[in-house]
Amino acid sequence: MATLQINNLHAKVAEEDGESILRGVDLTVESGEIHALMGPNGSGKSTTAKVIAGHPAYEVTEGEITLVLDDEDLADVDEEVPPEKREWDLLDLEPNERAALGIFLGFQYPAEIEGVTMTNFLRQALNAKHEEREELFEDEDDEATEDEDDAGYDTSPMEGEADDGEIGVAEFQQLLKEKMELLDMDEKFAQRYLNAGFSGGEKKQNEVLQAAILEPSVAVLDEIDSGLDIDRLQDVSKGINALRDEQGTGVLQITHYQRILDYVEPDHVHVMIDGEIAESGGADLARKLEDEGYDWVREQVYGTA
Amino acid sequence: MSSDQDHLKETDTEARFEFKKEERSSFQADKGLTEETIRVISEDKGEPEWMLKRRLRALEQFQEMPMPTDWPGQPDLSEVDVDEIVPYIRPDVETRESVDDWTDLPDDIKDTFDKLGIPEAEKNALSGVGAQYESEVVYQNMQEQWEDKGVIFCNMDEALREHEELVREHFMTKCVPPSDNKFAALHGAIWSGGSFVYVPEDTVVEMPVQAYFRMNSEGMGQFEHTLIIAEENSEVHYIEGCSAPKYSAFNLHSGGVEVFVDDGAHVQYSTVQNWSKNTYNLNTKRALVEGDGRMEWISGSMGSKATMLYPSTVLKGRGASDNHITIAFAGEGQNIDTGAKVYHNAPETKSTIESKSVAKDGGRTNYRGLVHIADGASDSSTSVECDALMFDNESTSDTMPYMEINESAVDVAHEATVGKIGDEDVFYLQSRGLDDDDAKQMIVSGFIEPITEELPIEYAVELNRLVELEMEGSLG
Repeated sequence: MATLQINNLHAKVAEEDGESILRGVDLTVESGEIHALMGPNGSGKSTTAKVIAGHPAYEVTEGEITLVLDDEDLADVDEEVPPEKREWDLLDLEPNERAALGIFLGFQYPAEIEGVTMTNFLRQALNAKHEEREELFEDEDDEATEDEDDAGYDTSPMEGEADDGEIGVAEFQQLLKEKMELLDMDEKFAQRYLNAGFSGGEKKQNEVLQAAILEPSVAVLDEIDSGLDIDRLQDVSKGINALRDEQGTGVLQITHYQRILDYVEPDHVHVMIDGEIAESGGADLARKLEDEGYDWVREQVYGTA
Repeated sequence: MSSDQDHLKETDTEARFEFKKEERSSFQADKGLTEETIRVISEDKGEPEWMLKRRLRALEQFQEMPMPTDWPGQPDLSEVDVDEIVPYIRPDVETRESVDDWTDLPDDIKDTFDKLGIPEAEKNALSGVGAQYESEVVYQNMQEQWEDKGVIFCNMDEALREHEELVREHFMTKCVPPSDNKFAALHGAIWSGGSFVYVPEDTVVEMPVQAYFRMNSEGMGQFEHTLIIAEENSEVHYIEGCSAPKYSAFNLHSGGVEVFVDDGAHVQYSTVQNWSKNTYNLNTKRALVEGDGRMEWISGSMGSKATMLYPSTVLKGRGASDNHITIAFAGEGQNIDTGAKVYHNAPETKSTIESKSVAKDGGRTNYRGLVHIADGASDSSTSVECDALMFDNESTSDTMPYMEINESAVDVAHEATVGKIGDEDVFYLQSRGLDDDDAKQMIVSGFIEPITEELPIEYAVELNRLVELEMEGSLG
């Protein structure tokens, strides 16, 4: 079971005199848990999500983000993983390395990439993740003896035959089909370009699909419920529950509204105000926020509304 | 997956551009361009008198015309000194005729083309193939089934001997006269090699025919001529691939392409070119399209130090149509100036131009286009779309679309986008596990997808690979 630990995280916009946004965030998410992160606009929720994933627009000025992995998370790694490779300081890693370790970020506004089909993209992403994992967990003594095999074409941008250790086209298509059925997604999605021309709801469903394919230990979902009608909200919620129940993914769900929490019952609810977690509690806390807004939290923290 | 794709996958593409052979030639013209040189070339080839006359007339025109120098954003051609190039090299192939059996080629030439993947592509996907080494076509083959239908695919020198009247009528007369521009004139004077394609009426050549041009020697010029004649209601897809290894001296490529599309015929001309980064690539390509005929130009321009290339189409007959798809890629020190020209000279003619360019590491891409709609070309329509993608603040891209519309009952659309490769897009893909390079590469592959989609699979794979190598900066 993986644990994502955020300690005293401070971050600012990565430019000279950049605005300071996070001012000491503490948060622990274990796989299999669902956390809701709530709070008013501008309180730093999305920034927290992006900093976890390694967005270059933000600079961490203080604090740590650590990912601790156990045997279950490392079941796919062939060799015995030594203790020093079970605990990772994410701030030292590139976004793709964080992804390879099991961090997933579901975007509020996913990028639209023309000309790249969903199938091609997802298969490449999955293969890239596996390859990066191998490198991260590779015994360092072996590393020196490895040839530089990057010079040629291991993978073609066209959907060619799989190389060793990669998931092949047929195998991948089967996997994709299963995951799409799980999410009630139309098969046609597979041949569409990544998010290009997708409706808001389709994009959100697609984010959940990607998490289902990549099987992260911890998924941070940034306002996955925004812009969804009730049917789509239910589909997306079903997908999130499946991530937890079937893959044991830990979910940090960023949201403004109680609405999605009716379908995805959180184990923990946190309220973020002005770049810190001001209040934490159980599912009740979200309902209280729905009824009473955020002012009472602010009052409690600062003694003023 | 077919075996030719396997081959393409396995071949180390990078090596394709690094290896070069010892120069081998049985006859090499002196450097520079004089009347004497041209007489020697023409005599060596055993040409008819009228061709020599055309060459000499073109030489005069070349000498009269000034170099283009003052176009906005134009590539610098000051290094192009015709007196410094070797205009003609005949490779030392014993027969002096191109061979039609691959095994008959000398080993080093065979090896060159093997590395480039030519014979494999032929076996599986082509109606015919020609391979030019330096100035002469050394290999030419056409599947029997097409020969039986009267389709001709041979090299230009052979065409001049075997089909003299067809050549005499079409060669640099109505389509690309030497007077068109300085480099068309140069080409007319010292052209050598190239392809001749003739498709009789009502004949559809289902598989593409291919020609491959390889410039192997240092400081040479390559001036191949391609002449395609598609008679009424015929159909053919011609593909050309080009490359040259890297040398310190500059190379000059100045090809000429003439396409005749008769009533109701359909010609697709596709090319993926990858010149070494000291090659000047200055070509003239034009199609004349009769009523209801259809011309398609698909080009991927990679490599070269400077490219100036604007394939053009004259829509002569009612209902004729034209489609241009071009992609340009410019890295450090490269100026790729490409575009398209379309002349709507008849009613109900239609054209579309899609241009995509990618610039990185201070490279420069230009789109230079002209759409002319003549008075009387009513109910015609044109749509131009140019998209430029840039990697950094050092790279440059300009769009120069000219439209001359002399008729009111027409439909004209133009759209241009210039964008820097989006940091958010890259981050999105990185968050899914792709590293920075792979993420950018995926965005570029997607960007050029409309081109690759139009090409046969072997070429699509090849083009994507070239882009990959460009992105890694590993092509010299």
